[in-house]
Amino acid sequence: MEGTIRAAAERIRAAGAGPARPGRDPVNLPMIRNWLEAIGDRNPRYEQDGVAPPAMTQVWTMRGLHPVVEPADPLSAMSAVLDQAGFTSVVATNCEQTYHRYLRDGERVEVRSRLVDVRGPKRTALGEGWFVTTDSTWYVGAEAVASMTFRVLKFRPPGSTATAPASERAPAAASERVPAVVSERASGVAFERAAAAVASDALRPVVTRDTAFFWAGTAAGELRIQRCGGCGELRHPPGPVCRQCGADRQDHLVARGTGEIFSFVVHRHPPVPGRRLPIVVALVELTEGVRMVGEVLGADPRQVRIGATVQVDFVRVDTELTLPAWRLLP
Amino acid sequence: MISGSAAIVGVGETEFSKDSGRSELHLAAEAVRAALTDAGLAPTDVDGLVTFTMDSTAEVALAREIGAGELRFFSQVGYGGGAACATVQQAALAISAGVARVVVCYRALNERSGRRFGRVSRDVSSAPTSSGVDNGWHYPMGLGTPAATVAMVARRYQHVFGATGEDFGRVAVAARRHAATNPRAWFFDRPITLADHQASRWIAEPLRLLDCCQESDGAVAVVVAGVERAADLRQTPAVITAAAQGSGADQYVMTSYYRDNLTGLPELGVVGRQLWQQSGLVPDDVRVAVLYDHFTPYVLMQLEELGFCPPGEARHFIADGAIELGGRLPVNPHGGQLGEAYIHGMNGIVEAVRQVRGSSVNQVAGAGPVLVTAGTGVPTSGLLLASSGRGWVGR
Repeated sequence: MEGTIRAAAERIRAAGAGPARPGRDPVNLPMIRNWLEAIGDRNPRYEQDGVAPPAMTQVWTMRGLHPVVEPADPLSAMSAVLDQAGFTSVVATNCEQTYHRYLRDGERVEVRSRLVDVRGPKRTALGEGWFVTTDSTWYVGAEAVASMTFRVLKFRPPGSTATAPASERAPAAASERVPAVVSERASGVAFERAAAAVASDALRPVVTRDTAFFWAGTAAGELRIQRCGGCGELRHPPGPVCRQCGADRQDHLVARGTGEIFSFVVHRHPPVPGRRLPIVVALVELTEGVRMVGEVLGADPRQVRIGATVQVDFVRVDTELTLPAWRLLP
Repeated sequence: MISGSAAIVGVGETEFSKDSGRSELHLAAEAVRAALTDAGLAPTDVDGLVTFTMDSTAEVALAREIGAGELRFFSQVGYGGGAACATVQQAALAISAGVARVVVCYRALNERSGRRFGRVSRDVSSAPTSSGVDNGWHYPMGLGTPAATVAMVARRYQHVFGATGEDFGRVAVAARRHAATNPRAWFFDRPITLADHQASRWIAEPLRLLDCCQESDGAVAVVVAGVERAADLRQTPAVITAAAQGSGADQYVMTSYYRDNLTGLPELGVVGRQLWQQSGLVPDDVRVAVLYDHFTPYVLMQLEELGFCPPGEARHFIADGAIELGGRLPVNPHGGQLGEAYIHGMNGIVEAVRQVRGSSVNQVAGAGPVLVTAGTGVPTSGLLLASSGRGWVGR
């Protein structure tokens, strides 16, 4: 199976950019106004100058709520191969956009994508899966106006519904790049919403040789627990020397990403850098037995209880920091 | 043997305010001079200085300022307010070992007008130290204030033992009642009711504003000397009957969240066992307790950890006013840090000395020993003080 996936990936990659796909409508003020209102951006210059916010770039080529699968699109094609192999679920892990210039009212935009890379199989907190990376470029005529590197994890969902990944419970908001995703109600929304949850002035951990594996894990969508290379003892927070056997060879495992709230705080005062208050911060006892502190995202404080079951989520603050966080399971 | 070898022979304080209008060095020098005057000693008698690692005034700077000469002993104790009683232990150890004769312990801070500990500190979370790494497991996740770190434990304590916000509130009511009759207290003449406590705003649920100690500017100093020297000095000595430090298994600073239970203060248990062992005393002997009260739930947990009542029973222990003046165990007659001032626990040591001397504004009758504790939730310390020839020698 791995061979089949790799061969398909190589074939799609070698085919280069897919066909250009034009936007449904030209860049237009009504959509710009809707977007500014939804985002809460009150900057008057967009309407005054008749230009679109750069972050809207992807909007112009979205396919709407009922997209038709386009087999020639490289990401669609690669997703179909992975779906066949059982890696049916998807979560966007990162997305970097570059804007070359503002788009103006009335301009017609089209986008072309190509497959860059398919890596796997990887064991993650969500399940085993493959990271699929594509590059997309938006054009006005022959002029490139914006580009994007987009990476998704296509993973095999765990069997029981109790461990459904957070992304599958998210409301369906389209990742335009992944038509199959929309039909599965999983999408890049996990990343986009999370990025808004914690601003980049959040406090950052001191990362040392002893703790780097943990933060590399969160960046890759994995919740890692230190495991002693000598006796197998699990430990969090991690440290360089095992307290049980004294070994200084440390390994880790990828946690299932589930746990129970052992205690929690509703923080209201004073301000916390990077957060809009109140926030719920919990001490979670993981299924594997260790405890970990993390924010409970999207929860009404009144719903949170000691003993409630939670599922890990990842908040990508920026390229350097991804925080582990939690969501209440129903 | 530390017990009975040294005594607190002088105490000094600045006023307690929200804006001292002078430098921390200035405050420190003022408090130390006052303490030396109280003791009847001169700056040149001082040959040892001890403070907190968190203090901004280096021993040498203070020595210059007060006109001390040569120093033979200087030391700083870590872990925030957990250092308070340990500074006195350091002094007693130095004196009993013969390396110093007169040691001054001090703490000066503009904690309200300067750096406020209740705020989220970027410095603390980014320090390239093991403590900085430890902080990386909760600060980035949004848990970054002392109140919030305590609230996590308080919630679990409520869950396991059935304690309520009102149980926490009774600690605050007692402190404010005591402060109301202490002219030195910031909250002099301003008592509160349990209803006031329950109406105060949430800070970090389950903690309300009135569960949190105040923020203060001020300085405190105490002078320690050997018991023979003490006998010749001006004041009734407060003999150091016991002095201990403690850190528990799997200890963190404010976030010891990875132990089996989250309902006690094992580091204070380490202190308590030493205090009873060193002194030969038991909890029932204690006349007055000065318990570190940065947050109300930890006062309940201290009563349990020190053996005044079984685990989970503190809410019943205090329900009938036991910790108020006139109760079985008056706690913080000066009003504590909730009512008098937050000088990182050092003003509590001064109150304990006054209780031993019989000079407190809220004096508790009797001759028994006085217990003092330092910052909780962190590696901490404690003292038992008694007047010479009473309280400890009697047993």
